[in-house]
Amino acid sequence: MTSAAPVHAGREFELAVVGGGLVGMAIAWGLARLGRSVVVLDEGDLAFRASRGNFALVWVQSKGAGLSDYALWTMQSSRLWPQLAEAIEDETGIDVCFRKPGGLHLVLSDRELENRANALKRLHNQPGMQHFPYEILDHAEVAKLLPQIGADVAGASFCPEDGHVNALRLLHALHVGFQRLGGTYRANHAVTRIEPGRDEFRLHTAKGEITAARVVLAAGLGTARLAPMLALHAPVRPQRGQIMVTEKVAPFLPYVVHTVRQTDEGGVMISDSVEEAGCDASVGSEILAVMADRAVRMFPLLGRLNVVRCWAALRVMPQDGFPIYDQSERYPGAFVATCHSGVTLAANHALVLPPLIDTGALSGENLDAFRARRFNVSPAH
Amino acid sequence: MNPSGDLRARYDVAVVGAGPAGLAAAGLCARAGLTTVLLDEQAAPGGQIYRAVAASPLPMNSVLDRDYWQGAALVREALASELHHVPGANVWGLLREGEIAVSLAGGSRLMQATRIILATGAMERPFPIPGWTLPGVMTAGGAQILLKSSGLIPQGRTVLAGCGPLLWLLAWQYLNAGVRLDAVLDTTPRANWEGALRHVVSFAFSPYLMKGLRLMLAARRKVRVVADVVGLEAQGGKHVEEVVYRTSRGDQQRLPVDLLILHQGVVPNINLAAAAGVTHRWSDAQLCFLPVLDVFGSSNVPGLSIAGDGAGIAGAEAAQMRGRLAAIAAIRAIKPQLSFAAEEKAARATLRRFERGRAFLDLLFRPPPQFRLPRGETLVCRCEEVSANQVLDAVALDCPGPNQMKAFLRCGMGPCQGRLCGLTVTELMAQARGVSPEEIGYYRLRPPVKPITLAELAGLPTTEAAVKAVARE
Amino acid sequence: MFRRHTEARRPALTILIDGVATEAREGDSVAAAMLAAGHVIVRKTPVSGAPRAPFCLMGVCFDCLVTVDGVGNRQGCMLVVREGMRIDTQQGKREYGA
Repeated sequence: MTSAAPVHAGREFELAVVGGGLVGMAIAWGLARLGRSVVVLDEGDLAFRASRGNFALVWVQSKGAGLSDYALWTMQSSRLWPQLAEAIEDETGIDVCFRKPGGLHLVLSDRELENRANALKRLHNQPGMQHFPYEILDHAEVAKLLPQIGADVAGASFCPEDGHVNALRLLHALHVGFQRLGGTYRANHAVTRIEPGRDEFRLHTAKGEITAARVVLAAGLGTARLAPMLALHAPVRPQRGQIMVTEKVAPFLPYVVHTVRQTDEGGVMISDSVEEAGCDASVGSEILAVMADRAVRMFPLLGRLNVVRCWAALRVMPQDGFPIYDQSERYPGAFVATCHSGVTLAANHALVLPPLIDTGALSGENLDAFRARRFNVSPAH
Repeated sequence: MNPSGDLRARYDVAVVGAGPAGLAAAGLCARAGLTTVLLDEQAAPGGQIYRAVAASPLPMNSVLDRDYWQGAALVREALASELHHVPGANVWGLLREGEIAVSLAGGSRLMQATRIILATGAMERPFPIPGWTLPGVMTAGGAQILLKSSGLIPQGRTVLAGCGPLLWLLAWQYLNAGVRLDAVLDTTPRANWEGALRHVVSFAFSPYLMKGLRLMLAARRKVRVVADVVGLEAQGGKHVEEVVYRTSRGDQQRLPVDLLILHQGVVPNINLAAAAGVTHRWSDAQLCFLPVLDVFGSSNVPGLSIAGDGAGIAGAEAAQMRGRLAAIAAIRAIKPQLSFAAEEKAARATLRRFERGRAFLDLLFRPPPQFRLPRGETLVCRCEEVSANQVLDAVALDCPGPNQMKAFLRCGMGPCQGRLCGLTVTELMAQARGVSPEEIGYYRLRPPVKPITLAELAGLPTTEAAVKAVARE
Repeated sequence: MFRRHTEARRPALTILIDGVATEAREGDSVAAAMLAAGHVIVRKTPVSGAPRAPFCLMGVCFDCLVTVDGVGNRQGCMLVVREGMRIDTQQGKREYGA
């Protein structure tokens, strides 16, 4: 563990980031790269860690229905991702295997294909929408890209801007990089209360108090509870997603399918379920059966492979589905950053947000659309 | 006994594992008139200790000891009842209350039981020495299975290394079979004797004394024993070629070897129980996680009991008694008019007898820390090939526990689901962070606890809600 | 590395290991039959290509993975040999479709 950075006018750290997942660590690493003294306060081993339950997609198609700015924000992150991957490898030696071969949203009926095509058309027709390239493919065209595709596959939407990454290695690398830059990471330091002061914040944790000049809430599901303490509003709820992974297979899937992807290590990951599940992170066999069935219909020979592990994670879903980036008006040193797509947006979180947080003003970069006032609720005092 | 083809959808009692605990439990439940299924992943009943006892290629009383052959009687007795024995059944999960997910003949299905008794037994404690993944290195349990099931004995230079009763039993069985053993490298620390001798009186009155002493003395007469071994390494290219060892006297020796057999005790195989939500606690006496159970073996999960070595290592006779007690609780829950009070009393008395002397064995054969806490490039996770150095580097990142560490390093993500690395990881992290293994915890385990195919999963029942949750078009 | 105890009498049968006809005995597991025939190394790992042999023989370690009758990653210690069974050692990752 690294020692605390030099004291700044009585505060132990310049910045405290609450939450050691992909969002918190990306921001913390970005701030550390700017030379700030940062402490990350994280919960324990068995916390609700959405960062261990994502599908590792860096996904562009489908994003932004209802908010064009989100499509723009997503595209920006996708385009910045190679820079993030390179910086991480330079600074930690860890290759997170970011690949952008293009992504396919496969469908298993003509009706699904029609729905998909219409959804994308509606998305693109939104005012102010950043267009991304995509094609609607029929079965034959999909088969040209993926000869192993099953007969049930009616078609797909293909987008060359879609990719994936080894998200667990990304989390590991951010921890390594953060520590190398002198950042302080404290596990088992769940934050119970934050006391805003005149020019500092006092964070009460399970293992003592920490003071910092500024604070960033990036605590996933825990953000909703902490936000009002800083006169912020961050309505997020848990959504359960279940995932399966197979034994390691020789590379056969060059593209990313939105529910079937092959990792760089060879295992095939299968998803994608969405349940409003309260706080129950257990695995149910019915959903696994549906996921397995769809995956096997897409790739018939997948049926022979062994599933070695299933897990469920509670993912973060903001009230309207879009990220919440905000700065407290009452306590301008307090920020909140929470979202559903922590992998896709990691590049923005590591490279775009930190300089803004550093200058003390979370504005511009079309970020206004993500402030909490869109929920038409005045923050608690 | 019914043929396994017609597995029913529902039983009063499902017993998982056909070792001594499972056979005893299932037999008693069936005799009490409960519809009982005995699900076992092996092809033949007996578990590990009575492996192949009903069909061993070795003739009786030649190589193996009397206790082994007594297992045959237990098997016969159980299978003579009305229980439904299903071999080759891989129980990969206990899902909702009373729901059992089982894979049989390439197809998975769900079945129901009012009471479930897990008797999945024990497995070898990991023994992570440098080179332990080399071909030519195997466990004593594995070597014993080859002997019992296939009549296979080593040829060539053979060394046994480690500690614990099974190591001596195997040595005795091999010597009885005319195998030439080059050495037994005994890692039992001299210091263990001091702690163990405090319990020697109760051990002296236990059934283990005579049998154990007899075996050990007989073996020691016929093979070279190196005592107080504190360092072990298997070296070789594609196959083990030498075992390098060091004793407490400090000198290092090399022995050329074709087969190196390792053993340092057995531990409960907790994966199915843990994945079902059974609470486990670290036991410092047995250096492993044990399920928290009441005196009938009932757990915190309603209707779920655990019997046998899976509840805590205590040997085959104790396992049978625990099996009976779990069965009695199940019988009373389903047929309250039956009391089996006399059987309970007898089982408890026998159990006490066989638990006597356990403390002595646990203390004497307590594996020394250097063989539980590897260093350097020694592999901790065999499946994903993660080294001790890597695990310790993760601790240096203030990684809070085995699950975050698993995410960082993939340690524990392989098909064995942490069975060969979990205890090592928990103890390594506990030592490095200066806290107890209880505080560190263990991998979070979930179904399937054994790999099953996607096709099998796809064949399981679904609901409309499930379809909606996945196909959200 | 292993030989049969002279008192172990079981009918012999023929299996194929990497295409070569090999004698096994009734009741052998695939792993036992391979070891008896001198096939100690049964696979190379998918992570590093390191050679592995059966280790626990009871279904816990997953080191005895072999391809049986064309189906990959079967635990050799959990399958009983049958006449004509085709067993192939594995080199690294399983092939999609294999």
